Amino acid sequence: MKTLSLKEAVGLIPDGASVMIGGFMGVGTPERLVDELVRQGRRNLTVIANDNALPGIGIGKLVAAGAMKKTIASHIGLNPDTQKKMLSGELDVELVPQGTLIERIRAGGFGLGGVLTPTGVGTVVEKGKQRIEVEGKPYLLETALRADFALVQAFLADYVGNLYYALTARNFNPVIAMAADTVIVEAEHIVPTGVITPDHVVTPAPVVDYVVSQ
Amino acid sequence: MSVMDPQTVIARRIAQELRDGMLVNLGIGIPTLVANFVPPGIRVFFQSENGLIGTGAPPAEGMHHRLLTDAGGKPVTALPGASTFDSAMSFGLIRGGHLDMTVLGGLQVDIAGRLANWMIPGKMVPGMGGAMDLVSGAKRVIVAMQHTAKGKPKIVTQCSLPLTAVRPVDLVVTELAVISFPGGRATLAETAPGVSVEQVVAATEAKLAIPGEVPQMQL
Repeated sequence: MKTLSLKEAVGLIPDGASVMIGGFMGVGTPERLVDELVRQGRRNLTVIANDNALPGIGIGKLVAAGAMKKTIASHIGLNPDTQKKMLSGELDVELVPQGTLIERIRAGGFGLGGVLTPTGVGTVVEKGKQRIEVEGKPYLLETALRADFALVQAFLADYVGNLYYALTARNFNPVIAMAADTVIVEAEHIVPTGVITPDHVVTPAPVVDYVVSQ
Repeated sequence: MSVMDPQTVIARRIAQELRDGMLVNLGIGIPTLVANFVPPGIRVFFQSENGLIGTGAPPAEGMHHRLLTDAGGKPVTALPGASTFDSAMSFGLIRGGHLDMTVLGGLQVDIAGRLANWMIPGKMVPGMGGAMDLVSGAKRVIVAMQHTAKGKPKIVTQCSLPLTAVRPVDLVVTELAVISFPGGRATLAETAPGVSVEQVVAATEAKLAIPGEVPQMQL
């Protein structure tokens, strides 16, 4: 793990990159990283995340700034900017059931080609997908998802990069930390190594590439 | 009897389905109100799919924590015995047979109990969020909705809106009636106080099976 300034960390992310971002309605989204992406004027990002939050919050800021060309998400209903840009064709929106989205990301990070889920069988979600029966029950084959970058928000990061999360801010964060080529962490607190005891480490240090300096 | 508003009728009736020790997920809207009517003497674990079991009421003024919210992003409390986890675990609980009951809103339910509740093509495309996983995975699915929308029946022969899942729901509770689906057929199970069987039938497009005796909701 290396420590980078906010500017340097976001400088690693080129236009057109695919980026997984933690958070659920903005809770658990690394806001400083998002703000810096907007400040540096990043364009054509593919953002993979649970939702598009609200205007002015988390990923909502990237939508408003025109930083995204595509989003893969489970819910966009509370962001009218996303709705507007989707209808005008400015933003490509791929909607995925929430439990399927997180499992596709988990598969990507855990070395699996995909997962079999009963969710979506017989609905519009099945379109274009392979249906596989296992012991008489139908499942959809949902393929793995990976990204160039994961932007992770942690509550605590220690000096070597072990991570600990707080309350409902955990959500997608530890899962996306496994599924991207480069993992950038924004922590609320940097703490001495050992403060997070081995049993309480959720994301082990070796998967973390960069922690943004305070 | 004092007149109860439709949402209260629905929430109170559904709360009677809660049992001690259940893990329950409540959707946004009317379903959320069910938590206000948990029968005395039982403990129910409420799940928020953003990663919490033990979701409590909104905190007192000034006592909120910005990293502790429900699935709608609203501040909540965590009750003693609560636990937090990531989204993979949260949906593992939902799909894996660990969630005893989910209560969801509905746009349409068909005669066989299939639910449509996540989009109106060309009008409202918010995304399905966790709804498809909840309906596919929960042990028991209860729909909380008004019986009609702008006078149009919501319990229909066939859903014109995209389905949430092909797995039929177990119970639909409206301000007029309780509908169950024994043998895969919409059946009038109860009427609300002061509502006649004829009134329910008139407000329902699907041809309901009607038993000889239809009990009244006990609220």
